Amino acid sequence: MYGNAYIDPSDKAAAMIAGEDSEKLEAFEKRIAAGEKIEPKDWMPKEYRKQLIRMIEQHAHSEIIGALPEGTWITRAPGFRRKLALMAKVQDEVGHAQLLYSAAETLGKSREAMINDLITGKSKYSNVFNYPAFTWADACVIAWLIDAGAIINQVANAKGSYGPYCRALDRICTEESFHLKYGHDNVVTLATGTQKQREMVQGALTRWWPPIMHFFGPSDKISNHTEILMRWKVKMASNDDMRQQFLNMYVPKIWDLGLVLPDPNLKQNEAGVWEYTEPDWDEFKRVINGGGPCNAERLAVRRNAEERGRWVREALNTSESKYIVPLA
Amino acid sequence: MIKSLDPRVTRAEIEIENPIAPLNELDQWETYEVFHQKKRGDQHMHVGIVHAPNAEMAFLFGKEQYGRRGLSVNIWVVKTRDVFVSEYDDSDIFDTVPEKQYREAGGYKVMAKINKYKKGV
Repeated sequence: MYGNAYIDPSDKAAAMIAGEDSEKLEAFEKRIAAGEKIEPKDWMPKEYRKQLIRMIEQHAHSEIIGALPEGTWITRAPGFRRKLALMAKVQDEVGHAQLLYSAAETLGKSREAMINDLITGKSKYSNVFNYPAFTWADACVIAWLIDAGAIINQVANAKGSYGPYCRALDRICTEESFHLKYGHDNVVTLATGTQKQREMVQGALTRWWPPIMHFFGPSDKISNHTEILMRWKVKMASNDDMRQQFLNMYVPKIWDLGLVLPDPNLKQNEAGVWEYTEPDWDEFKRVINGGGPCNAERLAVRRNAEERGRWVREALNTSESKYIVPLA
Repeated sequence: MIKSLDPRVTRAEIEIENPIAPLNELDQWETYEVFHQKKRGDQHMHVGIVHAPNAEMAFLFGKEQYGRRGLSVNIWVVKTRDVFVSEYDDSDIFDTVPEKQYREAGGYKVMAKINKYKKGV
């Protein structure tokens, strides 16, 4: 699971390719235009490397932090089968983090450096995980709809230009399809259950709708900057396009269950475009910058895990260990 | 102390302000490349890496990361630094030339001769 990468809008297009060897740049762009993948040791523009590291790293952090709101309900999952399934899902998310950290490592940033940037709050992760899972139904809505959003994003990015990221995403998407089915099954069970169960899932959906609408990020103005990222196949679809795709696929499924979405303006117009109340982007910014209900807890839990596991990792380390950048 | 919705977090007695020293180099160990065989008779294929302090743990992590859905029958792990690799910049070492048609099945065309021979008989 994952939210869209946050790309600093103040970066200017010209600065992105300043100082690059024009011949190499041309060959690089030609290779991408021809549908070839870029591999770790290939020449690449500095900005390509920088943007990919930021994006893949944020994606990895989102997976590992996302395991926390979902893990909240492992101890109290209703029934043994659901407990096992939720544990398997959470394990998958942590596995995804490892795959993604590995892909980012091939670009030259060590896993230690990435974890340090996460636990000091320097790197971001998907905003949705700064919200709490109040009930079991919240965990079900996350598993269905946040993972649905993540799949849209990841399927798009899997067609990108950087080989190691694409390979990690292919593997991830296969597992996400289990998450989506599992989440849908849980939501359907609640929505077709007792009055109390319906109220529970409706409550969770109402709580999670604003974060879900935030999930793909604010509208991206098509600037020269994003045009270059799209040409380099770093960014594969605009935030609005992905949001439309999500609404198109999932709003009908939600309405089928007789559930209500807390937006009176949500409708598909005659042209097939979904109209909705503009999400509160001030709230989005406030939360991404640390002001959300769970930001502090998430990072404290992560720091705690790193610190209390440190002696084990140190005890296992051997003096002849030597790090080199992974191959692919 | 964090009072969390997650009882596991509450039980762990975590301070909300708990700055820690940064992770040092090699805190996450070095990497191993993982190869798996999907079924008997297939080639082993590279599937990715794991970070591990030794080969035994690389094997365990590799099994957990790449083989937890019954999609492997066999796994190899090898230290990344023990793999010798060619550079993409040198990929011209794999180039071939038309004169090397003698290496290819397609370099051997006999039908014209056979047909000519049959006509002549």
